Amino acid sequence: MELTHHIDPNDLGPNGKAEKVSAGKLHAAQYIVAFILIILITGLWRLQVLGADNFRALAEANRIRKVPILAPRGRLFDREGRLLVDNYPSVSCYLLREQVKDLDVDLPLISQGLHIPIEQIQSTLRRYQIAPKYQPIPLKQDISPDEQAFIAAHRDELPELETLDEQRRLYPRDGFAAHLIGYVGEVSEQMLDDPRYAFYSPGDVVGRSGVEQTYDALLRGKDGSRDVIVNSHGKELGHLGQELAVPGKDLKLTIDLDLQIAAEKALDGKNGAIVAMDPHTGEILAMVSRPTFDPNQFSVRLTKNYWNEILNNPDHPLLNKSLQAQLAPGSTFKIIMSVAGLQENVAQTMHVSCNGGAEFYGHFYACDRHHGAVDINNAIPYSCDTFYYTLANRLGIDTIAKYATSLGLGQKTGIDLPDEVTGTMPSTAWKLKTQHDKWFAGETISVGIGQGAVTATPIQLARALSGVANGGVLRRPHVVFADEIPPDMLQAVRESFPGSGDATIPLTTENWQLITDAMANVTSSPIGTAYAAHLEGVDFAGKTGTAQVIGHDALAKTSKGHNTEPNAWFVGMAPRRNPDIVVAVLWEHGNWGNNSAKLASQIIDAFVNKQRKRDNNIRIATTPEPAKPETIPSATPTVPSAE
Amino acid sequence: MPRLSSYRDFDWVLLGFVLLLSLISVLEIKSATLHTKFHGFDHKQIQFLAVGLVLMFIVSLIDYHRMLDIVHWAYGISIVSLVAVLIVGTKVLGGRRWIKFPGGIHFQPSEWVKLVLIVAVARYFWGLAGKELTWGDIGKAAAMVVVPMALVLKQPDLGTALTYLPILICGLFLGGIRFKQVGLVLLALAMIGGIAWKSGKHLKPYQQARIDAFINPDSDPRGSGYQIRQSLIAVGSGGIWGKGANKGTQTQGDFLPIPYTDFIFAAFCEEHGFVGALGVLLLYFLILMRLIQNAQTASDLPGSFIIMGVVAVIVFQIAVNVGMVVGLMPVTGIPLPLLSYGGSSVLFTFLSLGIVMNIRMRRFVN
Repeated sequence: MELTHHIDPNDLGPNGKAEKVSAGKLHAAQYIVAFILIILITGLWRLQVLGADNFRALAEANRIRKVPILAPRGRLFDREGRLLVDNYPSVSCYLLREQVKDLDVDLPLISQGLHIPIEQIQSTLRRYQIAPKYQPIPLKQDISPDEQAFIAAHRDELPELETLDEQRRLYPRDGFAAHLIGYVGEVSEQMLDDPRYAFYSPGDVVGRSGVEQTYDALLRGKDGSRDVIVNSHGKELGHLGQELAVPGKDLKLTIDLDLQIAAEKALDGKNGAIVAMDPHTGEILAMVSRPTFDPNQFSVRLTKNYWNEILNNPDHPLLNKSLQAQLAPGSTFKIIMSVAGLQENVAQTMHVSCNGGAEFYGHFYACDRHHGAVDINNAIPYSCDTFYYTLANRLGIDTIAKYATSLGLGQKTGIDLPDEVTGTMPSTAWKLKTQHDKWFAGETISVGIGQGAVTATPIQLARALSGVANGGVLRRPHVVFADEIPPDMLQAVRESFPGSGDATIPLTTENWQLITDAMANVTSSPIGTAYAAHLEGVDFAGKTGTAQVIGHDALAKTSKGHNTEPNAWFVGMAPRRNPDIVVAVLWEHGNWGNNSAKLASQIIDAFVNKQRKRDNNIRIATTPEPAKPETIPSATPTVPSAE
Repeated sequence: MPRLSSYRDFDWVLLGFVLLLSLISVLEIKSATLHTKFHGFDHKQIQFLAVGLVLMFIVSLIDYHRMLDIVHWAYGISIVSLVAVLIVGTKVLGGRRWIKFPGGIHFQPSEWVKLVLIVAVARYFWGLAGKELTWGDIGKAAAMVVVPMALVLKQPDLGTALTYLPILICGLFLGGIRFKQVGLVLLALAMIGGIAWKSGKHLKPYQQARIDAFINPDSDPRGSGYQIRQSLIAVGSGGIWGKGANKGTQTQGDFLPIPYTDFIFAAFCEEHGFVGALGVLLLYFLILMRLIQNAQTASDLPGSFIIMGVVAVIVFQIAVNVGMVVGLMPVTGIPLPLLSYGGSSVLFTFLSLGIVMNIRMRRFVN
């Protein structure tokens, strides 16, 4: 045999002294191995021979059943502590796979007794295949007394059936505030694959939209469990210990029940959205979206019929239109135009003669009437298109976009609710990026009146216009008070809902007063577009908007019975400067901005009445009177004196 | 290249024992996964075994001196791959242990590093053959093993990191460490361990909990204590003769945690009793004796060192795993070689056997 090559670092010959490990050590190794094995055998002997009877008894008794102790979900209250969402006790039936002797034999009986089709039970079982054996599988919720009796009567034949007292969610009726509150449901397969839901297991009930989803971690609390030892017949022998449930946290929402009721009423039978907000803080006071849905139907086993009804409704009841309807803002955009024009020192000196429109770049752009001589002071109450076409043309798209973006258009506001959309604020860069095309000066003209490529959501408009009325201070809208939330969770929520948040834009006092006075004239002056919504004795300001849904040519081809009336917008606030409340109304196909203004005035009215009542039941005055500090404990005159 | 007639020198007896254990492993995995979503893992285990066998034969063909020649490269690559796994590894259950390659192959570097370390330690002590070990020599050997160990601990994978220790201990023992030195090394280790335990920096909370649970199983009836408790019940209730194949209530009723990997011996004890357990331990004993015999007949020093390194790792794993199952050791998550389900474990065992065969086949060379 040939020598194999190998290195020999010590230059020791093939028969060198150190070429072998000493035999003694290898013998020692054999003894060590034997010794270790003997120790292990002794351990086995101790358990399997000496302790066998004891352990056998334990194994027999070792039918540990985890009986969950469910944490009640936190309730939701309005800002004054009035209950919005509660829980109610209900009984559910679960199946314990550990107790099943022969499922094929038991299935027909279970199906008959609990009135569940066999196929449905089988598909439920399939869904839980990956869950640990001891985890009970929910078969039916809200079972009837008869079904409870059936389970009790068949204890011996069906030891696998187990009832559990649970708390179920009880939502307000008729879809009241449904979009804001959201609903709960079983965690879905897709959610379980999402790392954010890593700690959830199949069958967990989680918030699936609205506040229920955003604050699920706070509301859910932590389920506990009792470890009950049962013998093979399901009889309790004792329990090992228990982990108490930690109830979910009750949350106080920023909404005001009275205003929410007023807003719900205002939109009754219409499609659209209303959002009311406190501009000083960004607290949402009311939020309505129509059509709505019934969260109660979602929290118990959702029926296919109801689901289909919701899915096939062309008006998308599940959409929260306050945050998810991105539509042309129409003339409400003129406030943003005014800010841009005044801050750029262009609008102050602009005088336009309106003859029902004007021509730009070879196109005639129409105005809805002959306004005659128009300047910035009356352009807003008139809502004169000609003026804003001209202003837009002077400013150019990128200047407009700069101001609109600083006021939050084209980006999320960062409200703490899921699925907010951004809307669009066009600019030369935007067009290049999205359509790889350059911006034409002609396109700027329609943007000047909030048409064309610009779209916004009601919440964006509420924040932007209240920011203007606030002297340039914009707030992040939110529906839960920050002090209700632990700091780390607050941080997490802010990070998960990025947006423009809190911001301040430059706005000179002069310009601020000019714009807010002009907005007040929209409702208080007979020339204003929303004089119909005038509230006696209330300093109510705002801006209407009427936005076309579809071009008239396309209309004939595609309408197919769809409603094609223009969308009616109104954003209003009271009082005109540093307002206490701002209301944005979107009435889809509401036809005319002042229709929406009337809806907004209902909410403002409710708000003002409430303030008056709170301020020591002052009788509703026909003319605003200055408040007398000596008669009012909380001397905050809310009704402005006539200026 | 060895002539094929060398296969006369292949250790067929050893292979027979190993295959017998593998058969037991497949049957017990089948039983333990009968009613779970892991049903069919026995077939996967058979596939791992087949791949393992092929690799074993391939490895036995390459002269182990070649491995000694290139081991410093392999060691370098090992360190790089352990660092890489920390950076780009796939996170599974909170630990970065696998590197994902295209084609769905998950590669767990910490397993094959074991093999590299065995060869590296052998080569290192070969270089020191015949001289007294100085403190510097001991320090270098320790560093060689402790560096990868620390990297694996970072993953964190306490179980695999611990299996590197016996390689070092075995090397020092055969390399001629003196009693005085042993005493001092142990003292140093005890101090480091004590400090680490006090500061708790090097043990994750769950690892501390496991040790606490081991000391007092009833203190935490749902966590690690629960696992140990269920394991003891499984083993003890098996009695002398066991409850019969596929009839263990603890194993089949999902009471025993992971009965196809870490706790497979408990499942086996429940279903086949003290008699069955003795049989398995006897098989291990025969395999280990056979390995040590091969170390005695190896043609040169590194050959013996390598085989003894393999012996050390296997003995350590048996001691820790069976010790855990019978309640003598805390829960560490170290699989039982040749019995536990798992590709990495099977491949490591068969690769090391391949090297052992390789050394045996060349025992008359020189």
